[in-house]
Amino acid sequence: MATNPILVIGAGPVGLAAALDLAQRGQSVEVLDAGHSVSDGSRAICWAKRTLEIFHRLGLELVPSGITWQRGRVFKGARDLYQFDLQPGGLQQQPAFINLAQADVERALLDQLAGLGVPVRRGHTVVGVAPRDNGVSLEVETADGQLTLDTPWLLACDGARSTIRRCLGLPFKGKVFEDRFLIADVRMAADYPTERWFWFDPPFHPGQSALLHRQPNNIWRIDLQLGWDADPDHERQPAQILPRLHQMLGDRAFELVWASVYTFQCRRIERFAHGRVLFAGDSAHQVSPFGARGANSGIQDIDNLVWKLDRVIRGASPETLLASYDLERIEAADDNIGHSTRSTDFIAPKGPWAQALRGAVLDLAATHAFARPMVNSGRLSQASVYRASPLSSADTGFAAGPKPGMAIPDAPLGDRWLISSLGAGASLVRFGATLPAPDLTGIDVPADSVAWTRFDATPGTAYLVRPDGYVAARSRTPTPDWLATATARAMGASQ
Amino acid sequence: MSGLITTPNLANPDALYAELVAMAGDLSAEEALNRAARLILLLANHIGDPAVVSHAIQLAVAADQAD
Repeated sequence: MATNPILVIGAGPVGLAAALDLAQRGQSVEVLDAGHSVSDGSRAICWAKRTLEIFHRLGLELVPSGITWQRGRVFKGARDLYQFDLQPGGLQQQPAFINLAQADVERALLDQLAGLGVPVRRGHTVVGVAPRDNGVSLEVETADGQLTLDTPWLLACDGARSTIRRCLGLPFKGKVFEDRFLIADVRMAADYPTERWFWFDPPFHPGQSALLHRQPNNIWRIDLQLGWDADPDHERQPAQILPRLHQMLGDRAFELVWASVYTFQCRRIERFAHGRVLFAGDSAHQVSPFGARGANSGIQDIDNLVWKLDRVIRGASPETLLASYDLERIEAADDNIGHSTRSTDFIAPKGPWAQALRGAVLDLAATHAFARPMVNSGRLSQASVYRASPLSSADTGFAAGPKPGMAIPDAPLGDRWLISSLGAGASLVRFGATLPAPDLTGIDVPADSVAWTRFDATPGTAYLVRPDGYVAARSRTPTPDWLATATARAMGASQ
Repeated sequence: MSGLITTPNLANPDALYAELVAMAGDLSAEEALNRAARLILLLANHIGDPAVVSHAIQLAVAADQAD
């Protein structure tokens, strides 16, 4: 019997990355999208190191086309409060961040998918979803009429307004922030350094906040806080936008490329795995943009999900392995929502006490280092930590290095890099250990590598690393029994 | 217990009280609140131990019901 392909709904970065990861693992997959082209406007622009590592695994090299950055600067009024560096240690293959328009990321993913012959069907609008035993039936409207499609697995990557979520009646619960923000992309020749600049109460936009980010091709992203009383329809008019930008940019010539007015929400669905329907990205969880935790967390969802789904479909792991996707990525979503909520609460303090406290932190931060870690203009996306993962084994005797449930740090291994040396399956990273690694990718770390410090390794140490680059187990005295037990657990064997 | 001292611990309570009044005595409520918030942050950082600060927050909140 021919098996129907896995269907991915949504051709944004998350859906396209899911399809690419599945296809590269040999799965039959198709993408359906209601729209007719790549996304317009800039939307997501900041791609974090963890995302770039995942894209690299998928064969995408975006760094040359993006703007690489790792430093930020925070201003209060006209005063330069302090600077920060997201990657002071260096010696990693990928930079802390690149800025690149979402549409360019989508085009790069589409090129890879085309090379593998994966169909991306646009103008396909899902209008009905019926879960059944071992699969899902979909009603899809196209220009040529309505289709019924059956699939064994449905990946709902159809964004914050997910049709799949609505069809299944899943509540999307959380908090609306009572504030409005103007997001604009302008084209201008400017020689500002390639840094993230954030202003509290800037002279050009008093009483509110502002953010400036550089993108490729002389495009600059500007976020201006407008307050809850701002009328979004009025604020969207160029006649209203241009004077605000002139206030900020002075006499410099610029062209308004794209703009919109947003209200931000932090919310998620209760569970991401619903039998054969799996939610990932904004369809499952939504955050404010401060911290770049939207698209970056969606790509991490895919990195977590696809190796598990591939093993389940191949019969190498029980279907219960997918429960760990739910558990781990819900923990990640809650972490992202917590960070995003705290950032938004700091950027837009509500009530006299929150405003006084925020003011006090900013007043002290210029001269007193202790107050700077409290300044919150967005806590930028990093690899999530899975503190309660059922796939992790307990460890003992380590004072530092990545714990089970944490993504491994990168490090140079002679003329290659540790993360890009990981296998498609699990890997065993050995520090002078002689333990054989049957059915795993064995990686021996040379004696002079900075990886020894980064992993708190002593001679004989070994790390078992999952296909998504997360530590499953580690030991200073690894044995074949330890490895067999930890590998079985990491691959979802019932305990 | 958190280690928060709630028994008399000041050599000269009148002098400290006067100094605190003088810190913001001629300011509006909003300006005084800002200054008080800075003082709280400086002292909280000096204390460092989150259990001590949390205990003090609890006692400050609980004093609402003290009448």
